[in-house]
Amino acid sequence: MWRVARLVAAKDLRIEWRSRVVTNQVVPFAVLVLVMFAFALDVESVLQRVAPGLVWLAVMFSQFFLVQRAFAVETSDGALDALRVAGVDPAGVFLGKALALMAQLASLVILLLVGAVLLYRAEIRADGLVLLVTAACSATAGLAAVGTLYGGLTAGAKGRETLLPLLLAPVVAPVLIAAARATEAALGTAGTALGDGWPWVGVLATFAVAFGVVGTVAFGPLIEE
Amino acid sequence: MDAAVELCDAVAVLGSYPALAGADLTVRRGEIVLLQGPNGAGKTTLLRVCAGLVPLARGRASVLGLDVAAHRDAVRARVGLLGHANGLYQELTVRENVDFWAATAGAGTDEVASVLERLGLDGRLADVAVSRLSAGQRRRTALACLVARRAEVWLLDEPHAGLDAAGRDRLDETLTAAAAAGATVLLASHELDRATRLATRVVEVVAGTVRQPS
Repeated sequence: MWRVARLVAAKDLRIEWRSRVVTNQVVPFAVLVLVMFAFALDVESVLQRVAPGLVWLAVMFSQFFLVQRAFAVETSDGALDALRVAGVDPAGVFLGKALALMAQLASLVILLLVGAVLLYRAEIRADGLVLLVTAACSATAGLAAVGTLYGGLTAGAKGRETLLPLLLAPVVAPVLIAAARATEAALGTAGTALGDGWPWVGVLATFAVAFGVVGTVAFGPLIEE
Repeated sequence: MDAAVELCDAVAVLGSYPALAGADLTVRRGEIVLLQGPNGAGKTTLLRVCAGLVPLARGRASVLGLDVAAHRDAVRARVGLLGHANGLYQELTVRENVDFWAATAGAGTDEVASVLERLGLDGRLADVAVSRLSAGQRRRTALACLVARRAEVWLLDEPHAGLDAAGRDRLDETLTAAAAAGATVLLASHELDRATRLATRVVEVVAGTVRQPS
């Protein structure tokens, strides 16, 4: 399973590196979302207060494109079917695609946090770094797992471009809430204590583990349907 | 029992359309069997049944002695299907695609190099992205992926499509060599002259049934 996961993750990351879809399209989109929020809210104190939520909202919107893209490369020439017919371990395929997606999402989160510092004057505290990194890792792992699961579910569906966000948005709502709260605590937004963030990290980790396990088990039957 | 593929009274329904209507077929190991018949006769469905992609509504399908329904994953690990789509990653090069599919079956890089050479995909062509290849070169790359996976039963749907004369010759040589080495080949093709010369046996698929030559 892990051998297949390594192969699939390396293949997906290589494809993204070559196509530059993430760097040339998804990243500019995510930054644009941050800028649009700044235009819409336009008050520095408000932007500082809501920066963590806006960052994770931008991540969630971008995730839809990343998941679509991750499965478009599999379906455009029947590669997903070929993986099925080749008897390649579907749990390995799930984990590989989720790992590649996680790496892309993590890069995006770092970039958007820098964007929030520059655009919203959000402040990253040294004593909140461990919480921030742990929360970001747990959140991206959860988003990657659930995104891969739903990407596989909608890969062969008609109207998958619109179906995926419709199905995925409600499911990732807990990640959005927990990641925003944990980030608020890490940044000390509106005087939030550092200790308030760790229970939210627990929620994020539970979500990631739950969808990681469900995805590993259910991905095979899902892509068969 | 040396049957590589066996279908008994196989019925497969796609939607409400009976794509296979009681097909019987036995293919021995090392045979190259050509499925011929008009469009919509059930050739593609028959190949997909053997790959475990289409379940049977009635009857039985077995590959290499394994019931396809009961041992789908084990069957899939030993068959290779080249369908209408090539199953390639457009942004990756020819070599990277073949490397990937070979690695999923545990094959090494030496084997990949040999396969690329055999199918005329070595040299500069090996490092060209699939998106920049012609249709025939893509088809040959897809076949190389199949060869590198060391499948024991090859299920080929229109493998000659898009190939030029040289490509067709290479394909035929590859299939003949594979069969000589013990692989079983089941192919559907509209290139009847060429495929008939290549095949050790020809069967006709008509309206979801298989007719053996008299």
